Amino acid sequence: MKRFRGIRKGQNEGSIITEPIWLQRMLIGVAVGFVIVFLIAPLLIVFGQALAKGWDAYWEAIREPDTFKAIQLTLLTAAISVPLNLIFGVVAAWLIAKFDFWGKNFLLTLIDLPFAISPIISGLIFVLLFGLQGLLGPWLSQYNIKIVFAVPGIILATIFVTFPFVARELIPVMQSLGNEEEEAAIVLGANGWQMFFKVTLPNIKWGLLYGVILCNARAMGEFGAVSVVSGHIRGQTNTIPLQVEILYNEYNFTAAFAVASLLALLALITLIVKHVVEWKSGRHHSNSVQINRFKEGISHEY
Amino acid sequence: MKRKIGLLFALILVLTLGLVSVSAADRPITLLNVSYDPTRELYQDYNAAFVKYWKAKTGQTVTIQQSHGGSGSQARAVIDGLEADVVTLALAYDIDAIVEKAKLIPAQWQKRLPDNSAPYTSTIVFLVRKGNPKNIKDWDDLVKPGITVITPNPKTSGGARWNYLAAWGYALKKNGNNQQKAQEFVTKLFKNVPVLDSGARGSTNTFVQRGIGDVLLAWENEAFLALNELGKDKFEIIVPSISILAEPPVTIVDKVVDKRGTRKLAEEYLKYLYSREGQEIVARNYYRPRLKSVAEKYETQFPKVKLFTIDEVFGGWQKAQTIHFNDGGIFDKIYQAK
Repeated sequence: MKRFRGIRKGQNEGSIITEPIWLQRMLIGVAVGFVIVFLIAPLLIVFGQALAKGWDAYWEAIREPDTFKAIQLTLLTAAISVPLNLIFGVVAAWLIAKFDFWGKNFLLTLIDLPFAISPIISGLIFVLLFGLQGLLGPWLSQYNIKIVFAVPGIILATIFVTFPFVARELIPVMQSLGNEEEEAAIVLGANGWQMFFKVTLPNIKWGLLYGVILCNARAMGEFGAVSVVSGHIRGQTNTIPLQVEILYNEYNFTAAFAVASLLALLALITLIVKHVVEWKSGRHHSNSVQINRFKEGISHEY
Repeated sequence: MKRKIGLLFALILVLTLGLVSVSAADRPITLLNVSYDPTRELYQDYNAAFVKYWKAKTGQTVTIQQSHGGSGSQARAVIDGLEADVVTLALAYDIDAIVEKAKLIPAQWQKRLPDNSAPYTSTIVFLVRKGNPKNIKDWDDLVKPGITVITPNPKTSGGARWNYLAAWGYALKKNGNNQQKAQEFVTKLFKNVPVLDSGARGSTNTFVQRGIGDVLLAWENEAFLALNELGKDKFEIIVPSISILAEPPVTIVDKVVDKRGTRKLAEEYLKYLYSREGQEIVARNYYRPRLKSVAEKYETQFPKVKLFTIDEVFGGWQKAQTIHFNDGGIFDKIYQAK
């Protein structure tokens, strides 16, 4: 990455840019203005409103029992859905990057499916499947198993919408790495697990971590799909985003923004970790891999 | 690195499981009340009072859980398996839908409790900005050009259906029961509606928070709440010459209470709404109480307004729903014509 930036900077200082200064300044101004209005101002407003009545009110809002439950449920949902998607993501990426088989493209498309459909539909799928009027609903009801409008439904919906993150992050990384190192490991007598943990995992760990971070952010922040399957029972089936909506609709603005600030904080942490990951991976990888990843990144833009 | 990641996950898992198990430690008997949007504050108060009452009466500790949303979508959730012990919705038709589509409640549910199973009533009033700058006095003022009216979508919101029928009923009375004239009136009214939110609370927020519109058609209690929560110096309630008597009904969900063994509790929960204490709470939350003594005590709180019922003017909810709100009904024609 750094190298590319270096080249470009060098060119800028030359005579390639012919636009007049005022146009350059104006374009930069527009871009900066855009960033301030659409990214920085909303963030500041969230924190400003959250702390409008001071730290005590902020803590009070977060410790309120229903809100606290919502935070617990969000953590539980992420704690279950992220590891599952981590395992699936690694397996799927491995399969797609290292092997050729019939139906590979179909599998790729299938992994992208949750990205392509609206979260509302993702939620409705589960209602249609597990709801009382749905395909499996009557059978489940007989055995008193609750899926939709209960915690399992929320977790299922979350797993569904966060499905592609890890796999999508890993596939280009694994493809660019090729098979040579793994083949060498096998030739030198490693078994499958040894090869994976000693060769593959160290190579993909930063991409993997990044995928997990994104997956986690979405798992905690998902609104649409979860809203459909939640049933909105106070202190039972509301996650943080749903609780924010409820508080806002009850004219409880300080509390709504206080809880929203938790999600904003999560987003900030995500960005910081992402930055660290990119910086680290820049240092640990050889440049050729970097360039490959860069190219892959372009061709795999989704 | 691998170990670190593993450790991190283990830590998160242990923490969450810890949190969850602490909360699951003692589980009292629970009751789920699935309700519509504007009753949030009412049932918050009522639940606290009922829990105390029940504890004193039986020694049992109960937890009442609440779920709120647009009346139509809440009914849909119950149909799809949201295990409500009781439903307290905006209108009888939504409970009829549960009867019809999921058969969780017997067909004659509305006869089981007094007053059509509606322990409190409400009506539709106008909320305008302070000083009433557009001089809105009655329904006729809403169809004038240049007035913007805020109401939720009758397809999803119970309150919106009451709004619509109140306007229709007014036009009927004014034009000697001429349905054609009434349709013209309501069509004109919806021409003045710039945005349809899905629920009553969403519309209130549109009007109050986002500052859109000259007048909000609202539940009486919702209008009072907006005044109290957001400042009497910003809004005024205007009471039209005539409006509709809204009867939000309640019922237990038989299949669910029998399965969960909560029938007795659920029945008592609803009956207590009709008691003196229950009616006081109802009145304090700006719903019109049924009990005479309480109604008299809070007489000054509720403006006098001529009210007509849906049975009188529309022949009941089933009929009103089929003619006006079902797909291809009059509302669809009105809104497409826009």
